[in-house]
Amino acid sequence: MTLTKWTAAEVAKKVINNEELFILDVRNADAFADWKIEGHQFEYLNIPYFELLDGVEEILAQIPTDKPLLVVCAKEGSSVMIAEMLTEAGRDAGYLEGGMKSWSEYLEPIKVSDLTNGGELYQFVRLGKGCLSYMVISNGEAAIVDATRMTDVFINFAASKQAKITHIFDTHLHADHISGGRQIAAQTGATYYLPPKDAEEVVFDYAPLVDGTEVKIGTTTIAIQAIYSPGHTIGSTSFIVDNHYLLTGDILFIDSIGRPDLAGLAQDWVRDLRETLYNRYRELSNDLIVLPAHFMIIDELNANGTVSKPLGDLFAENHGLNIEDEEAFRSMVTDNLPPQPNAYQEIRQVNMGKITPSGEEQTEMEIGPNRCAVR
Amino acid sequence: MNVTKVLDAKGLACPMPIVRTKKAVDAIESGQVLEVHVTDKGAIADIPAWAASGGHTILEHTEEDGVLKFWIQKI
Repeated sequence: MTLTKWTAAEVAKKVINNEELFILDVRNADAFADWKIEGHQFEYLNIPYFELLDGVEEILAQIPTDKPLLVVCAKEGSSVMIAEMLTEAGRDAGYLEGGMKSWSEYLEPIKVSDLTNGGELYQFVRLGKGCLSYMVISNGEAAIVDATRMTDVFINFAASKQAKITHIFDTHLHADHISGGRQIAAQTGATYYLPPKDAEEVVFDYAPLVDGTEVKIGTTTIAIQAIYSPGHTIGSTSFIVDNHYLLTGDILFIDSIGRPDLAGLAQDWVRDLRETLYNRYRELSNDLIVLPAHFMIIDELNANGTVSKPLGDLFAENHGLNIEDEEAFRSMVTDNLPPQPNAYQEIRQVNMGKITPSGEEQTEMEIGPNRCAVR
Repeated sequence: MNVTKVLDAKGLACPMPIVRTKKAVDAIESGQVLEVHVTDKGAIADIPAWAASGGHTILEHTEEDGVLKFWIQKI
């Protein structure tokens, strides 16, 4: 039977198109429980590869024959071995090229909308890690918000649109993933902006991103307006793009809100978080489309694969925006928080420029699920 | 420690360290000890998990200069 190599892009299509897939995940039970490839119509079987060295016959009955079969491991090697054994046992089987490492790093660029005067807004969905980055393109210029370290994807995408990257923003100093902002700026000559209150310890030059900063992208001007919105970090800043899109960073997600503890100051920042969510955002138009920097669960994806929702809907539906009692709110965002993201303290150090790990080390640091929210 | 056999699996990528380790353990007697040297980082979790699933005991493990060493006693 046939052995097929699947790319992360092909798996992403299965997720976004809501198609069926049977995943045989041959990593350790711990790794599988912590983090796996999520799909609306995916079924899973987790059996570590080392339990299958004597053969796969015993598990054949557990693998359906009426849907595609993909074997997944951490890096690829074990999945190739097991997929080969399955083909020898009479099944068609695929393996994921690059394993969970490549899944973690894959970005799917999806168009959110056209903007005024021929501009475009794209969301880069990092399905394996739940990170969302953005690119605003207008008249040959591009701005990027919350770029991940897969810098080539952004640079090549802008080039394919014949756009020059001129502005790069990070909504805050990230703790769950390594920012690609500084590197893209170095390669393209664009200006890299950070909120100064998050950047007190950074060891490189940056442009200060402060409340009210407004930049124009392209000659016919797509406006990007910065709104100071502390709470996840003290410097957290949101953006309004083209008067219609609200990029909320890690402050507000579709089905959850930001956690205030990743820089060790949860108690201090609860008040800021509440002020931002319950007062500052209330003053904005309910018609703004919220575009967050993360999603937590696959249910937050829209039918086209993007992650977005009107602000008014979130005020109605998002539990974190509907806690009347301040003490109850404080308790929710500071007690019983989910585990912190993998290596979050080291990731902050990288994003400050204080340490420079190798590519392989960076991959290891980012492994695992996203955990920036409280729900 | 009385080591029966030493397996050098340095430089091998997953799944080969485990495949070789299994073969080597299959070839020794119950109670005997296999010493394994690997450089693949995945082995940190995989060798203990594999040993546990087969009932073998990890007597000791060390990491020095990027080389992981495991001493595995066969059940």
